Amino acid sequence: MIEENLLLILVGLPFAAAVAASTVSTTAHSAAAWVSGLLLATGLMILGVLHEPISQGEVLRSSVRWVPSLGLNLTFRMDGFVWLFVALVLGIGILVLLYARYYLSKSDPVPRFYAFLMAFTGAMLGMLMSGNILMLAVFWEMTSILSFLLIGYWHQGQAARDGARMALIVTGMGGLALLLSMLILGQIVGSYDLDRVLAAGDVVRASPLYPVVLILFLLGCFTKSAQMPFHFWLPGAMAAPTPVSAFLHSATMVKAGVFLLVRFSPVLGQTDLWFYLVTGTGMLTLVVASIIALFRHDLKGLLAYSTISHLGLITALAGIGSTGAILAAIFHIVNHAVFKASLFMAAGIIDHEAGTRDMRKLSGLMRYMPVTGALAIIASGAMAGVPLLNGFISKEMFFAEAADWHNGTWLDNSLPWFATLAAIFAVAYSIRFIATVFFGPEPTQLPKTPHEPPSLMRRPVELLVLTCMVVGILPGLTLGPTLNLAAQSVSGPDTPYTDISVWHGFNLPLVMSLVALVAGALVYLALGARISKAPEWPPMLQQLRAQRIFERFLLMFTWVLPRQIHRLTGTEQLQPQLRLIVLLAIAAAAAPLWGVLRQAPAPLATDLNPGFALMWLVGAVCAIGAAWMAKYHRFAAVVLLGGAGAVTCLTFAWISAPDLAVTQLLVEIVTTVLLLLGLRWLPKRREEIEVDKLRPAKLRRIRDLIIAVVAGGGLASIAYVMMTWPLIPNVGNWFLRNAYSEGGGTNVVNVILVDFRAFDTFGEITVLAIVGITVFSLLRRFRPAPESIALTQSQVDLEEGNLADVLLVPSVIMRWMFPVMIVLAAYLFFRGHDLPGGGFAAGVTISIAFLLQYLAHDVRWIEARLTVLPTRWMGLGLLMAGATGVGAFLFGYPFLTAHAQYVNIPLIGKVPAATAMLFDAGVFSLVLGATVLMLIALAHQSLRIARMRERDTAAAEKEAA
Amino acid sequence: MELVLSGAIGILAASGIWLLLRPRTFQVIVGLCLLSYAVNLFIFSMGRLTFGAPAIMPRGGFVNPASYADPLPQALVLTAIVISFATTALFLVVLIASRGLTGTDHVDGKEP
Repeated sequence: MIEENLLLILVGLPFAAAVAASTVSTTAHSAAAWVSGLLLATGLMILGVLHEPISQGEVLRSSVRWVPSLGLNLTFRMDGFVWLFVALVLGIGILVLLYARYYLSKSDPVPRFYAFLMAFTGAMLGMLMSGNILMLAVFWEMTSILSFLLIGYWHQGQAARDGARMALIVTGMGGLALLLSMLILGQIVGSYDLDRVLAAGDVVRASPLYPVVLILFLLGCFTKSAQMPFHFWLPGAMAAPTPVSAFLHSATMVKAGVFLLVRFSPVLGQTDLWFYLVTGTGMLTLVVASIIALFRHDLKGLLAYSTISHLGLITALAGIGSTGAILAAIFHIVNHAVFKASLFMAAGIIDHEAGTRDMRKLSGLMRYMPVTGALAIIASGAMAGVPLLNGFISKEMFFAEAADWHNGTWLDNSLPWFATLAAIFAVAYSIRFIATVFFGPEPTQLPKTPHEPPSLMRRPVELLVLTCMVVGILPGLTLGPTLNLAAQSVSGPDTPYTDISVWHGFNLPLVMSLVALVAGALVYLALGARISKAPEWPPMLQQLRAQRIFERFLLMFTWVLPRQIHRLTGTEQLQPQLRLIVLLAIAAAAAPLWGVLRQAPAPLATDLNPGFALMWLVGAVCAIGAAWMAKYHRFAAVVLLGGAGAVTCLTFAWISAPDLAVTQLLVEIVTTVLLLLGLRWLPKRREEIEVDKLRPAKLRRIRDLIIAVVAGGGLASIAYVMMTWPLIPNVGNWFLRNAYSEGGGTNVVNVILVDFRAFDTFGEITVLAIVGITVFSLLRRFRPAPESIALTQSQVDLEEGNLADVLLVPSVIMRWMFPVMIVLAAYLFFRGHDLPGGGFAAGVTISIAFLLQYLAHDVRWIEARLTVLPTRWMGLGLLMAGATGVGAFLFGYPFLTAHAQYVNIPLIGKVPAATAMLFDAGVFSLVLGATVLMLIALAHQSLRIARMRERDTAAAEKEAA
Repeated sequence: MELVLSGAIGILAASGIWLLLRPRTFQVIVGLCLLSYAVNLFIFSMGRLTFGAPAIMPRGGFVNPASYADPLPQALVLTAIVISFATTALFLVVLIASRGLTGTDHVDGKEP
């Protein structure tokens, strides 16, 4: 039990660090580094506690139900392999934090760096510990996105932006491929649980979809681990700050790909296809990247290609997939992380203290920084595979696998030769790194005088290099048990224990190592001087730059093709777009219904009431009239629109929908007022527009009329057929039966809105709030057309007095209506749960009450006496509705679960008191706020214009004077 | 009754769609309003026509769902009325702002 919680805490720690780091001030380097470092160190301690059960061969699991209906649980699991990997990530993470503390300059924003770095660590741990393959894909994408943010940390530079974008596109696409492969894999196995997938290797390999799964899976792994031909993003990512490179390209990001390869090798591996694809790609990458690395002039560029090459080595081992190869792969993952992190940090120190990373300028630095130089030399030795350093042992194991393991294919037979070739170049570029930077003549072209870095900045490098040496001399004692444990958890519990030692006698792998060391030195001696003067690319491979191909694709797909498609199909006019939408809607309805739409055998029919028919005769005239008048007689159109709305409202009342009738009536009033307020700002339109009389305009109108009639006729026939079919019992019956017993209200429509489907209503009022604020902010920047500013005669009359002078009696009545309407609103609100009404209707009623006051007097008079703070009403409403929903958590129920009972109030009697009422109060408050905000914002425009005009006149007078 | 109501839905929808395809912003906003009436009535009518039996329940006891109006379409339409009101308000303000910025009330922001 305790271990389960520890697993959850372990994953949560880096995210907690990210949140903490994001809150510190932009200059608090030490604070952010301390907090993050301490939390990661806590993680290491947790790992220490977990070591006991892990070393017994136990697999720890911890599961939180997340989306059970999709089979998606938040499952974390840890075995020996994951334990080792997590320890590596946390250990190097702490060292990187210490290093970054001194590396970043004072002007670099602190919270962003540490928060991203820690969130990245969290995503990495989540990926490693995922016990569910879908969750694994999610964390995998998360590392891609966070690495994008980290690589683009110095986003002022073009290189950083390009590098970040390239990394995101390549690894993000790979992540999508991985997600697809995981989905198919889950379908084949019948579960998304990692343990069940890992146990189902035979089923997966026998499936006809196996090649598809494998290729998609490998696309994900290869893009992440920078295997050819997807390697080019990694050198581009060198624009990141060096601590980021040291972390991403040693222990984390790129290792995620090889982690998955090793993890899934028992499931997807052991086939010829796997061997050819994985080992083939790995060997190609190993050889070609090691050759390119030799030709790079940028220190970090050399290290980047060396990283790609070493990842190729691990990939090749995963492709071989024998138990020895898996052990060697895991060992090399660790070793490479250790020496490459130290080398990146050393390169960063050189860059920091000498001002450049260009190997053609750097020279003889041993005089200025002897300690850093010595550390870098040892780390490079590990990279080259010099005996008694950690890189040597895992490389020997790789040679042994390449030479001893056989499946008889041509690729297998050529493995030792390619391995030796790559090792030769590895030795050559390692020597070049050391020889050009630390030895040779006094440097002359450096921007700064180099010196040793602060000792604390060097400490991480010292620790890592010490690890290289200790592991290199005593591999069996230090890492032996842990590695075997990790290998057992990948290959199965009966994997034999392999004793890792430095000396295996004089055998073939040792010969290969010695050949590589000697030949590598010779290659450097022969080529070294020429490389420095040559361009940054090996002679033969210049034409084959994957990055350039990628850029051409990017240009094609993000610029050239979209523009062509837009030119062919796009229009910037609204009318064709709307016409297309309407036509598509007609087609979408016609396609499935054509020929199927038929009358029910025994159609439902209710007796025709002549009053209803007459009412709709008026309604139809209103609708057609509104359509007729909307262009030249806007006011008439508004009135007719109101007529159609009123008939709709009466229909609701007629056909047993009192709630709808109330709401429709109130909304109708507010809409009409809004439209009337808006009319003032539209251009004058009394005369005919000349173009309208021409033939094309007439043809257009006829075409649109046909579209409209077809759509209307179609909708009418669907409605008729549907209405006459007998009703199939549906979910509505459940609502009717349970509204009172479950929701504590007798008005089912209201109970559905505030209880059963309260979440929908919550979303709806949020939309209303957003619209209110949008309206308000759009109008704040409003500039009316010049002709609208001039006053009409009737407006001048009105502005001089107020409405009370013209219409005294109505204005007094309007003022007296205010309390009456508030009582009406309260009445509507309180009966809402049991009888037609509710928070929405009450809110609109009160806003109409306010509106009446604005109508009865001029704005200045009313605002001197009455203060409405619409935004506060809105905020209060949203908070109240949200808090009612969250309140259900306190009692252990899901969000927005309501509780209902009746309370006895003296004099009034039994009153329903449900928590849904509180929610409804939130709805009320928000609707009131939003409606008033919109109406007042619109009404205030006249006032603002008046002020603008006064200012203009005053300025004009001043000028005249 | 069914025939009258479906005819009404058709006329409202046709008027609305015709206006939707017109070039002036005010026409489009009136069209949207008419179309929303049509769509609301359409959704509402999916619960079939019931007269004199609103979905107000007795307090407890057996409930025969067949003797009440279907509450579900009503709840949906109630939401739809609110949302269409919000859309109308938003569109009205966009219309006014666009008229102020471009000097025309054509939907494309410029006279053809």
